[in-house]
Amino acid sequence: MASVGMENTAARSGREKGSKPVRLAPNYWPFVIPALVVISAVIVFPWVFTLWMSAHRWTLGQEQSFIGFDNYIRLAGDARFWESLWHTLLYTVLSVVAPLFLGTLAALVFDAQFPLRGFLRGVFVMPMMATPVAIALVWTMMFHPQLGVLNYLLSLVGIGPLEWIYNQSTVIPSLVLVETWQWTPLVMLIVLGGLASIPREPYESAEIDGANAWQKFRYLTLPMIAPFLMIALIIRSIDAVKSFDIIYAMTQGGPGTASETINIYLYNTSFAYYDIGYGSAMAVIFFIAIVALSFVLLMVRQRTNWSEMEER
Amino acid sequence: MTHSLLKPTRRGFLAGTTAIGGSALLGIRPASAAINWKKHAGTTLEVNLVKSPRSETLIKYLGEFQELTGIKVNAEATPEQQQRQKVVIELSSGKPSFDVVHLSYHVQKRQFEKGKWLADISGFLKDPSLTDPSLVEADFADAGMQFARDADGVLRSLPFSVDYWIIYWNKELFEAKGLKYPETFEEMVTAAEKLTDPSTNTYGFVARGLKNANTPVWTSLMLGYGAKPIGADGKLATDSKEAVEAAKLYQRLMTKAAPPGVSGFNWAEAQSAFLQGKIGMWFDGVGFAPPIENPEKSRVVGKVGYGVMPKGPSAQASGTFGDGLGVVEASTKKEAGYLFCQWAISHEMGARLLQAGAGVPFRQSILEDRKVREGVKMPAAWLDAVVGSGKISQLALPVIIPVTEFRDSFGVGLTNMIGGADPATELKKATEQFAPVLARSEG
Repeated sequence: MASVGMENTAARSGREKGSKPVRLAPNYWPFVIPALVVISAVIVFPWVFTLWMSAHRWTLGQEQSFIGFDNYIRLAGDARFWESLWHTLLYTVLSVVAPLFLGTLAALVFDAQFPLRGFLRGVFVMPMMATPVAIALVWTMMFHPQLGVLNYLLSLVGIGPLEWIYNQSTVIPSLVLVETWQWTPLVMLIVLGGLASIPREPYESAEIDGANAWQKFRYLTLPMIAPFLMIALIIRSIDAVKSFDIIYAMTQGGPGTASETINIYLYNTSFAYYDIGYGSAMAVIFFIAIVALSFVLLMVRQRTNWSEMEER
Repeated sequence: MTHSLLKPTRRGFLAGTTAIGGSALLGIRPASAAINWKKHAGTTLEVNLVKSPRSETLIKYLGEFQELTGIKVNAEATPEQQQRQKVVIELSSGKPSFDVVHLSYHVQKRQFEKGKWLADISGFLKDPSLTDPSLVEADFADAGMQFARDADGVLRSLPFSVDYWIIYWNKELFEAKGLKYPETFEEMVTAAEKLTDPSTNTYGFVARGLKNANTPVWTSLMLGYGAKPIGADGKLATDSKEAVEAAKLYQRLMTKAAPPGVSGFNWAEAQSAFLQGKIGMWFDGVGFAPPIENPEKSRVVGKVGYGVMPKGPSAQASGTFGDGLGVVEASTKKEAGYLFCQWAISHEMGARLLQAGAGVPFRQSILEDRKVREGVKMPAAWLDAVVGSGKISQLALPVIIPVTEFRDSFGVGLTNMIGGADPATELKKATEQFAPVLARSEG
């Protein structure tokens, strides 16, 4: 163990000095192999198998055959796939922007001192704790054009009735409304944490310089909570892009295919049409898109890091 | 019930043995005395069911089967979507974990045939040591035997429960407008429009508008025009003149007489709307009488009429769907599995199903049994609609593998029609999209 410790120190010091990378000593392998086996079994194998399936014509209950890139070529000409991609993009952008905006606003409100603040914070975060399918069922009832409470409330102020999730043009905004209702508290909590860590001195200086409330927010608060907003953005983006449960439980991608995201289309293809090969090709493309999105988000995150900002 | 196979009375036993003796003299096949229910005592059966009132009825009385046969049954009931996925994946693997499977004929029939997943039970049906003499093919509704036989005419399952599509109509609303129950499609659409008054939130008609769920509505209407989605030549007839006419009728009903937002309605939303008493007619499966007649759930108790599908320009037909029970080809306990299927569709179990409003058996002898009818809790009009529909029943969905894709493809077109799209254009587009899918499935 002593030699391991020494080599470890040597490796670390080598990296610190920017010298050549140190090769792992053979006696490290017993520690690495279990992790490699687990990663290979639960991450690498499923992906290799998915790639393999995507190169086959494979429908459950029928003969399978190798077809190379045919599934990918079919995907390129599949209007429903492109439509579902657009729905995914639209749904993701709206489901990220709306909670970010409202969550920041809520954090600013709850950062101030006022009576019952703790209690109201507790109430505000409650939607986040609810089960998505239960939320979907409750909102589906609320959205019902004839029997739903939302149209009743709108009728009291002379608006409506709206068709909410029952209309092709309003279904995605309605679903985003549910997503926003559930996840705005998460953004609020993250930003609230950021606000608590901000030093007070810059604000005192700004007040001496005569800055108004908007200027203090724009030039002090916003840059200082930017790293926290980025964390919220990354979490929300990942969550929104893979959203399935609420959409499936409320609309199953309908009316028509008006709210069919890639996840829903992929699920239908694989588990309703049993077209496993084509579904796998879709999963591969979707995975590549998510990896690309993650890289972009991580790069942006690096740029908003406090220490990096200071260096610039 | 007067007669029970499971609990014979002394008088019944004597009458039975006399009948057996008499029939033997006349050369008729021996009666139930020959059936050996205990033949597979000690066997354990795995049964995979769809969670529904029908499977709940089976599970409730499972003890009786176990007592009768000595066969232990492990029954699993999962919700429909999950059950379909599970059984297809397991059957594809070649080593399913169950011996008996519950299948939706209108969705899975061709898929099961192509996969050769179900055992041939024709021989069992003819075997007097395995089959009760009352169980004969002629006793099932025609649609049931069409479902149960494969493309080569081999019996692969026993028809369990049938779902005819009927019209639920609000008698109070009809009376208020001086209307009578429609006898033709034209009268139906006229009545629906007369009943519609958006200012009072009253609408003449409701049916499924949601993609996939809406396709059987259109195909059921198509039957009235004398057409089916796939023609006698085996080619898609989904953009034929009759198909377009049926789609136009669907569009007219759903845009002129249905409540706003109907394009997102599945049966649950349609049911909710109808139960409020503001809908004139609701077109859907026959199994919704229990909630309609339940005062805790419905505002229309006692006000609802149950009507057989009105006559179309070319035919009067009731769209028919159903489910059955089959023995898995890979099972090593086929005879025991068959005994379970036979018990599940027996006269006694069918009567229980019907009387509880949990389902409608395919066997006509149950529907026609006066004693059974007396025990039915639903209104007599409902039972009449069931029997009447049975006489004009036709399969409403094509017997193909990609039924779900068929329903999705045309369902999107139908939803677009509710939004104002041209029926002929939508059907042409959907037909072009679906044709290669169909070709691939049988390729």
